[in-house]
Amino acid sequence: MELTRFPIIKSILKSRWPQLVIFAVFLAGFVIAILAGFIGTPVGSRNFGIVFVWIAWWAILILVAVPFLGRGWCAVCPIPVVGDWMQRGKLLSPEGDSKGIGLNLRWPKRLNNIWIQNIAFTLVALFSSLILTTPLASAAILAGMLFVAFGLSLVFERRAFCRYVCPVGGFIGLYSQTAPVELRVTNKTICATCKDKPCYNGSEAGYGCPWGVSPSGLAKNTACGLCMECLRTCPNDNIAIRTRPFGADIYKPTGKRLDEAYKAFIMLGAALIYAAVLLGPWGELKLAAYQIGSRAWFGYAVAFLVFIFALLPLLFLLAVQISRLITRSGTALRKEFISHSYTLVPLGLMAWVAFSLSFVLTNASYIPISLSDPFGWGWNLFGTATLEWTPYLSAVLPVLQIGVLITGLVWSVHTGLNISANPFSRQAAMLQALPVAGFNLLVTVGLMILLL
Amino acid sequence: MRRTRWMIWLLLGLVGLAVGFVPLPNFYPQPTERVFRVHASQFAFSPGEINVNPGDRVTIELVSTDVVHGLFIDGYGLSVEADPGQSARLEFTADRSGSFRMRCNVSCGAMHPFMIGKLVVGQNQLLWRGIGLAGLALLSVLVGFVYRHPSQ
Repeated sequence: MELTRFPIIKSILKSRWPQLVIFAVFLAGFVIAILAGFIGTPVGSRNFGIVFVWIAWWAILILVAVPFLGRGWCAVCPIPVVGDWMQRGKLLSPEGDSKGIGLNLRWPKRLNNIWIQNIAFTLVALFSSLILTTPLASAAILAGMLFVAFGLSLVFERRAFCRYVCPVGGFIGLYSQTAPVELRVTNKTICATCKDKPCYNGSEAGYGCPWGVSPSGLAKNTACGLCMECLRTCPNDNIAIRTRPFGADIYKPTGKRLDEAYKAFIMLGAALIYAAVLLGPWGELKLAAYQIGSRAWFGYAVAFLVFIFALLPLLFLLAVQISRLITRSGTALRKEFISHSYTLVPLGLMAWVAFSLSFVLTNASYIPISLSDPFGWGWNLFGTATLEWTPYLSAVLPVLQIGVLITGLVWSVHTGLNISANPFSRQAAMLQALPVAGFNLLVTVGLMILLL
Repeated sequence: MRRTRWMIWLLLGLVGLAVGFVPLPNFYPQPTERVFRVHASQFAFSPGEINVNPGDRVTIELVSTDVVHGLFIDGYGLSVEADPGQSARLEFTADRSGSFRMRCNVSCGAMHPFMIGKLVVGQNQLLWRGIGLAGLALLSVLVGFVYRHPSQ
């Protein structure tokens, strides 16, 4: 269904005001979160910076925004917005004479991938026990992201930070491929005859794509930030936002890349490790993850990296190799490894949903408390500062988690069969998909053991 | 052909319902008194996991070794708090089977939200049912694939 066919939706999306208001509110919230981290209470569960970023925002992001809207969060994320304003020299529409500042260099071609995002996310994940719980560390990371985004926008054209550096943007892009919405051109022939390409270059009606994407070439959601600039600039009314089946991008046989495949391993591995470290009953493991710089932490860091970058991919490679031997496939091992890695996209997303349900529902009652007393200074702005900690839905949580994990397994096996089905007969496709399905079943069972 | 298909789906559905809901036989000994001394320190309970049988009368003696800690049991909704160097008792009958998280419910430091232990009452049937359903779900996807590609 084309959502932009409805005039009210289209006019809201084309108007800059709603987006600006959301940007302003979120930017204010972001700045307060950073301030709270620096000057507020060091007790994480009473600090707005921790509670609003890692509980409230995270819940909205991973439970709603990413599964249902893909990069919907990126459309309103406040981190790149100051850089955008500086680059453009304007707050709203491109009309007017004022010019922005910045070198507007092109992003280096060999960095035109998500490896930096993979490394950035891995680093954040490695230090997450500190970042998620210590307001000062959390604020330093958030402020760092704001400054790096701003700095890169002064050096490089468009949103280099969002596309190539942001540790969050990397996994949002990966999982946005499963989302049931997409922005695409309606008719590519019209684009072929369009001379000025205002969607990419900008015009009086709007800015050129901040993500450096030409909408006519969009085949998957990964690099589209849903900023709506192309909807505003297209002179031919040729941009549409449509609903589609869940997982539409990952079933396609083309466009599969090693950097994205590794992102899937990083995300799945991190979900498994978090489930063990943060939600498990092993105190020494928690301390090892938290005491950065200690001998135990170095051991944890090595195990973390080996598990994510070697053990998990090697086990998966073994599964792919078994399937090649069974089916006597002539396709290169690397190609099959990459394409089947996309079965981990729905599995990883659901693993994160299952993990986050536990984390978020248990700690959501801190939200009204820190809203009333954001800095932990004894304020009671809305009369909710003295509320008791209450875990929500703890009795039904394990059942919910089982449902989510089984959904992820079904989705991933279905994806594997679709990927295999392209070049093979039914029997060969099933045989080829089985070892990978077995791997995914093992991961699902592992997550159940850790979470239940 | 269509009838066979429906029969297979019906069978899978019935097996799924059985795996999910049919009560499993319990071979537990007579309920007894069980006493556990649980040490709480930043950010762990020791022992981290407590195993009891359904119907057991359980006493948890929570001993805090550093700062104030609490112990809240998911599913049971029971809690107790212990001051530094002191102990506090929580007594209850383990009348709900399964695996339940024990959480510190007093802010005790940075990793407080993740200070978690486990109470296992009898077998963790939910886990076994979940694993069974996952296997069945995998089988169902394969069956569905066979029916969607009948001509190849």
